[in-house]
Amino acid sequence: MERSFEKYFRQNRLPHLWCPGCGNGIVMKAIVQAIEKKGLDQDKTVIVSGIGCSSRASGYMDFDTLHTAHGRAIPFATGIKLANPELNVIVITGDGDCTAIGGNHFIHGCRRNVDLTVVLFNNSIYGMTGGQASPMTPTHKKATTAPYGAIDRNFDACRLAEAAGATYVARSTAFHVQHLTDMIAGGIDNKGFSFVEAICQCPTSFGRKNKMADPAKMMMWMRDNAVMKAAWDKLPDDKKTEEKFPIGLFYNESETDYATAYNEVIQIAGGADK
Amino acid sequence: MSKARLMQGNEACVEGALAAGVRFFGGYPITPSTEVAEGMAKLLPTVGGKFVQMEDEIASMGVVLGASLAGKKAVTASSGPGISLKQELIGYAAAAEIPVVIVNVQRVGPSTGQPTAPSQGDVMQARWGTHGDHPMIALSPWSVREAFDTAVMAVNYSERFRTPVILLMDEIVGHLREKVELPEASAIEIYPRRKPSCSRSEGYEPFTPDKDLVPNTANFGEGYHIHVTGLIHDDTGFPIGSPKITREVTKRLHEKIEIARDEITHVEEYFMDDAEYAVVAFGGTARTAYEAVANARKKGIKVGMVRLITIWPFADKAIKKIAEKVKGILVTELNYGQLVGEVERVVAGKCPVELCAKYDMTIFEPAEIEAGIDELVAGGKA
Repeated sequence: MERSFEKYFRQNRLPHLWCPGCGNGIVMKAIVQAIEKKGLDQDKTVIVSGIGCSSRASGYMDFDTLHTAHGRAIPFATGIKLANPELNVIVITGDGDCTAIGGNHFIHGCRRNVDLTVVLFNNSIYGMTGGQASPMTPTHKKATTAPYGAIDRNFDACRLAEAAGATYVARSTAFHVQHLTDMIAGGIDNKGFSFVEAICQCPTSFGRKNKMADPAKMMMWMRDNAVMKAAWDKLPDDKKTEEKFPIGLFYNESETDYATAYNEVIQIAGGADK
Repeated sequence: MSKARLMQGNEACVEGALAAGVRFFGGYPITPSTEVAEGMAKLLPTVGGKFVQMEDEIASMGVVLGASLAGKKAVTASSGPGISLKQELIGYAAAAEIPVVIVNVQRVGPSTGQPTAPSQGDVMQARWGTHGDHPMIALSPWSVREAFDTAVMAVNYSERFRTPVILLMDEIVGHLREKVELPEASAIEIYPRRKPSCSRSEGYEPFTPDKDLVPNTANFGEGYHIHVTGLIHDDTGFPIGSPKITREVTKRLHEKIEIARDEITHVEEYFMDDAEYAVVAFGGTARTAYEAVANARKKGIKVGMVRLITIWPFADKAIKKIAEKVKGILVTELNYGQLVGEVERVVAGKCPVELCAKYDMTIFEPAEIEAGIDELVAGGKA
């Protein structure tokens, strides 16, 4: 009997290399659930990832998959989508991959509004290299390169994406898995640059350094601190403490995507029938 | 009516790439290569292709690799500082065997150097410019027409060998304007994208080498569900931490070019039949060297010229043959001395090898190369 969603995974590449208790598997499953929900053709869907723990997901997923270089998933994905607009292109990236080394590509991807769905696995740390601080490690949290607590201010990737021009921006967590699936499915629906931040747990590298080595505790932290956007908007400022954060759909506007806009260029240039 | 057109080297490079089937370009502005991007922006949509200006040189390299994987022949272009940034993903293209052409219109370096004066200082960067062992094909035109021809050749080689190819132009040829007559489309041979040899159910593996050691990798979207990575991978495309596979893959990447070396190493000889001395030159410098050699001939010196069109792989055979026949070789290059080391390696002491180098942001005068020839004939520098 084929188990649910089995067809979306390369059985011979499993088990995955992630640590026990890691949240990446939950987010990867939410992505295939969203793909299933939207009925995407498996032969016409490409998964593109960068480098890091989360980016290893592409190898486990049974589609055309591309494991690029550190931070470069969005430029590769842009090329794929523009070369063949009939392909659905989903990008898997991490907090370091997307907002540090890939930060410039990220903001320009948002600005260009290429029809991609970017899912950022935010575990607040560089996991693959053993727990260094990323631009999304919350201030004061500890990491191997911030042994006394991070003094850097952390990015809010959703606000960054919205300011840079993404046409769909949402956040959810590995605890709220159905909600996360819905947020990703909404991103697939949006014909333009969709950004979904998926907060997930890294008990090994982040949790251990920050008094949350137990993965269940990390998930309870998500449950207790995530606030649905509608409730967040009504929350008085003094209740919006450092640990609390909003989840949900933050922004969704319909704007012409890049490939569609370029088709007009081809029309004007007279290359439409070439 | 003549079909002759007055055209710049950079423009001819665009025309050549389009003629070879290129339908995608990603780039970033930089002098002296910008006309390549501008030409692509203007002409690609007229043939249904796409141009995208990216946020930086790294992204420009990434976007063309993505487009190539999705089935479009793709090119990017830059100059020194930009090529340095592209090196990361040039290595990715070599490792993942993705067809792509990188145009480098060389300028004076290192760093920002002398913008945007001519130089040939990226000879070794073209060969080695990314980390790790990898093969490289680099071609260097000396005229506007040859910028067209080598662009076609570069695209064809990238497809045939599934490897990055560098079109190593220089500012001299890039900005040179000449009257050219371009060939009819029907006269241009195009190497098509390689196609998978069997179906998925028949056990297709995307990186299984064909007889010519090059894999017939599927494009994305064709139903093969392939995995592409910059990690060392086996024929299935998946990474594997095996010494045996690492050795075999590294060897095959080199050998796929090596076994075709004679065929892709293009060299032209001038005045060499009775030559007692030879000048080795390439790119824009070869134009000056040709005049210098012709002048020396008028003075009665039996000197000829060997022009390298293919810079990498290096023309070992051609240079070795010449070393056995002449009394001395003069290598002329617009840098501190890069190609000369390769010539010395191949000549291996069979005859003296002298360097005529120039690295002052100006191009050679024929008299400077003639002086070099005189010194060579007189038995080396005083």
